[in-house]
Amino acid sequence: MRKAPHRWIIHLTLALFVGLWTLPTAGLFITALRDPDQIAVSGWWTALSPSLQRQMIRTPDPVGAMQAGGLVVIEGALLSSPRDRVQAFGVTSIAPDAYAAGQVADLGQGVRLQVGVDGQYRLSGPDGFTAARGQRIFFTALRAPSLTLANYQKVIFAGGMGRSFLNSLAVAVPSTLIPCGLAAYAAYGLSWMRFAGSGLVLALVVGLLAVPLQLALIPLLRLYNDAGQAFGFDPKTYVGIWLAHTGFGLPLAICLLRNAMADLPREIVESARLDGAGDHQIFLRIVLPLCSPALASFAIFQFLWTWNDLLVALVFLGPQDDTLVLTGRLLNLMGSRGGEWHILAASAFVAMILPLVVFFTLQKYLLRGLLAGSVR
Amino acid sequence: MRRAGRWRAWLYLAPGLLMIGLYLVYPLFQTVFLSFHDRSGAQFVGTANYRWLLSDPAVRGAVRNSLLWLLVVPPISTCLGLVAAGLSDRVAWGRLARALIFMPMAISFVGAAVIWRFVYEYRPLPEAQIGLLNALVTAAGLAPQAWISLPFWNNLFLMLVLIWIQTGFAMVFLHAALRALPQDTIEAAILDGARPFQVFWRIEVPQIRGTIAVVWTAIILSVPKVFDIVLSMTNGQWNSDVLANQMFDWMFQGGGDSGRGATIAVALMVLVVPLMIWTALRARRHDGAGR
Repeated sequence: MRKAPHRWIIHLTLALFVGLWTLPTAGLFITALRDPDQIAVSGWWTALSPSLQRQMIRTPDPVGAMQAGGLVVIEGALLSSPRDRVQAFGVTSIAPDAYAAGQVADLGQGVRLQVGVDGQYRLSGPDGFTAARGQRIFFTALRAPSLTLANYQKVIFAGGMGRSFLNSLAVAVPSTLIPCGLAAYAAYGLSWMRFAGSGLVLALVVGLLAVPLQLALIPLLRLYNDAGQAFGFDPKTYVGIWLAHTGFGLPLAICLLRNAMADLPREIVESARLDGAGDHQIFLRIVLPLCSPALASFAIFQFLWTWNDLLVALVFLGPQDDTLVLTGRLLNLMGSRGGEWHILAASAFVAMILPLVVFFTLQKYLLRGLLAGSVR
Repeated sequence: MRRAGRWRAWLYLAPGLLMIGLYLVYPLFQTVFLSFHDRSGAQFVGTANYRWLLSDPAVRGAVRNSLLWLLVVPPISTCLGLVAAGLSDRVAWGRLARALIFMPMAISFVGAAVIWRFVYEYRPLPEAQIGLLNALVTAAGLAPQAWISLPFWNNLFLMLVLIWIQTGFAMVFLHAALRALPQDTIEAAILDGARPFQVFWRIEVPQIRGTIAVVWTAIILSVPKVFDIVLSMTNGQWNSDVLANQMFDWMFQGGGDSGRGATIAVALMVLVVPLMIWTALRARRHDGAGR
């Protein structure tokens, strides 16, 4: 660490930076755990402090209620959580805070209403008193912050996010493994086998890194549809999207792996060759294990990319419900449930959880491979 | 023996090259071919699609916005990434800071769109604002705004999402480059009494110009992917459309017009290429001057 006179400026600026970068995600994460009613009326930053809420309930009809000492008595609870507190109550919408909690309200004709701080109420009156459809009780309660997993339960099981999670896995895992295999062979061919035209092939592969994926979509879509029609199969299949992701990911994979393989010390490979090892043995036993950091780095990168992809999935799998991936489902929800943040927030986190876990646990390997190629 | 070896090299390359040929090289030429044909790809129409591209107001708006994205996002992301790299290199908790700033990279564009739409969420007064930005704005005594439907400015609010994602990417590469710098020039500058700020901007940054250009180029290449962000946040409404989203529309709407879709794809490539060449040339020049 270098010494600097105003170190606190550095700490403060960086803290501000990190705060700005994490706050949006944190906000959505907290929102996903909140009660839908609370999300709609208060910002997520208030989620951990108690909130005042005004509510109204109706007591059961006094007719046929419990008798106690010549009085009709109805008892019940206004609050569901023992951590909530009633502050005030009333019986009309004009004066909903007429009485403080703990007071006894005289409603006339011998009818009394008592509401405790804990939300227990007791409504009593002379035999035969009536209140059509029950007595209304307005109350203001200080609600303790409550976090719930109900939103997650809802989107995973009823909202189709669970199904889409599996679909995304079915897309991302093979789409990661296939290019790893193909690229490893190609990179070995490019780095350890001399042949005319290897420079040209490498230049082509590097050049293709720069081609936007969009340029390939329309012809491929037509090709898939034509082939599907000619041979009588559904053009939108998992195999189709695996191969597409493989094709799009190969240039990066080959470049990363070739750089890693070309950096290996010559002597290791040469001595193995002198010992009579064939190309395939050298590739499998020596070169591939030594290049595993680069391979791991590409695999992580490709997994994140294929898991998070929307465009390729929409084009090659389509929008129908049974094959919809997480990103597609999330997009649909943004359209149809735009204002329901408890659904959107929980769904977004179902879609994010796996890449975030992969990212934070394997970040070291991701960076090692990516940076090895860049800084030299 | 040697001859057999040569053949075997192609055997190793064949599967990969076959896939690249089928999924990237063939479509590349086919897209250019289709851009000179009608919606079904059967009838040659000459330059009609390109004339349409230049005259259509919706496409023009999308071209303008796409250019704006290409000009705004790479410099700001690179610059913020540089600042984050420099700051985090000087504190003990730098590794944690970098992990948190890099985190958005793991989030999909659609997921990021949900996160940011919540930040921009707007409620008409007198309702309480539940979006962070409008809560801050109202706390400052100003009127809340529906940020993503404010024409022109909404482009910047959408760009912020990509900047948020790309800054971490830039930071990681630039930090590695800073780390790899020889310490002697820096120590010499400190001994000469240079302040930390000067050391960073005058000594360290000029030495990593090459990496800066590479990062800049890589971000330029990622900008055409903004399709997801625009589609999920505004779907191109309120003058926020970009070419990638237009292309998606033409590809799928009304049975699909492969001619116009392909033409937009070519335009997308044409937009990116000059910026890439320019950046690559600059990088090479600085590399040559630096060594």
